[in-house]
Amino acid sequence: MTIALNGEEVAEKIRGAFPGSVVAADKAAVIVTNQSLYQVAEFLKNTAGLDFDYLTDLTAVDYLDYFEVVYHLTSLKHNHSLVLKTRCYEREKPVVSSVVNLWRAADFQEREVYDLMGITFEGHPNLKRLLLWEGFVGHPLRRDYL
Amino acid sequence: MEIERYEVISSDEIDAAEALRINSLKETSQQAIPDPDRWLEEELRRNVLLTTVDYAVDWARSRSIFPLMFGLACCAFEMIGSAASRFDISRFGMDIFRWSPRQADLMIVAGTLTWKMAPAVKLVYEQMAEPKWVIAMGACAISGGTFRESYSVVPGINHIIPVDVYVPGCPPRPEGLLYGITKIHKKIGKESIKTS
Repeated sequence: MTIALNGEEVAEKIRGAFPGSVVAADKAAVIVTNQSLYQVAEFLKNTAGLDFDYLTDLTAVDYLDYFEVVYHLTSLKHNHSLVLKTRCYEREKPVVSSVVNLWRAADFQEREVYDLMGITFEGHPNLKRLLLWEGFVGHPLRRDYL
Repeated sequence: MEIERYEVISSDEIDAAEALRINSLKETSQQAIPDPDRWLEEELRRNVLLTTVDYAVDWARSRSIFPLMFGLACCAFEMIGSAASRFDISRFGMDIFRWSPRQADLMIVAGTLTWKMAPAVKLVYEQMAEPKWVIAMGACAISGGTFRESYSVVPGINHIIPVDVYVPGCPPRPEGLLYGITKIHKKIGKESIKTS
């Protein structure tokens, strides 16, 4: 069984390394700020004891006030998992930094999120539409599409 | 080596070409194509000499239709189930599902059609040789089904290709599909070699 780590304990470690980056933490997930996302992700990947070397999932949720990008991370070495979230308060052109350099699995996942939600990932080598065809107007999975 | 003669197309060009194809198809297929249903009210008026030949040709054609495998979504499983041993489709001579449209007579479109797949369906339909028939299997193929309002679903395959028989259901039972096939047999039975 993969143990789901307690978000509060991991948040303590993240706060120790990057003070001011954690917005909220509860048992289920850790929410960090948009600016510190890449550094926190790198810290989670490279720290011994955490070693999150496998990105299981990358999705986004549209709460009408903000977008929330959700990362499911797993460590194959220690067999534990964590949920990392970040919020983006821009509505017109939301930008989040891309984690493609850390986990290659993020490549297609970020393209899908860009396609359906419109969130731009900075640093992504090939941010094009994936599921819909190029020239499709709009981002269908937003709450205010249609 | 011959390989050097081929140039590599960048993926941007492929995407742009695909977008052009899909958008132009979407614009031209806003209206449903009228169904070729004249056979329902046609009386069998044939002259005596052609009757036997017609009858023989139609009998032979209807007893060995080669279906084209075109399962898109969940209805494909019911189509495969009808081809398996319990609801044997091979009783009707249709056990070889051809993969190539050039060798097939009947295209059973089973499942939801999306706009991204629509140019491929049209291409495959045009590659089939006459005489050809189309069965729309399942609610999604008939009218878009539950997904009719979606941004990516074609509201019925009769916007893209003309359909001969509609088999309703979600998914239709294999017996339902076989009933649709018997209707195709009746349709073939009314064709004359003069017109086809």
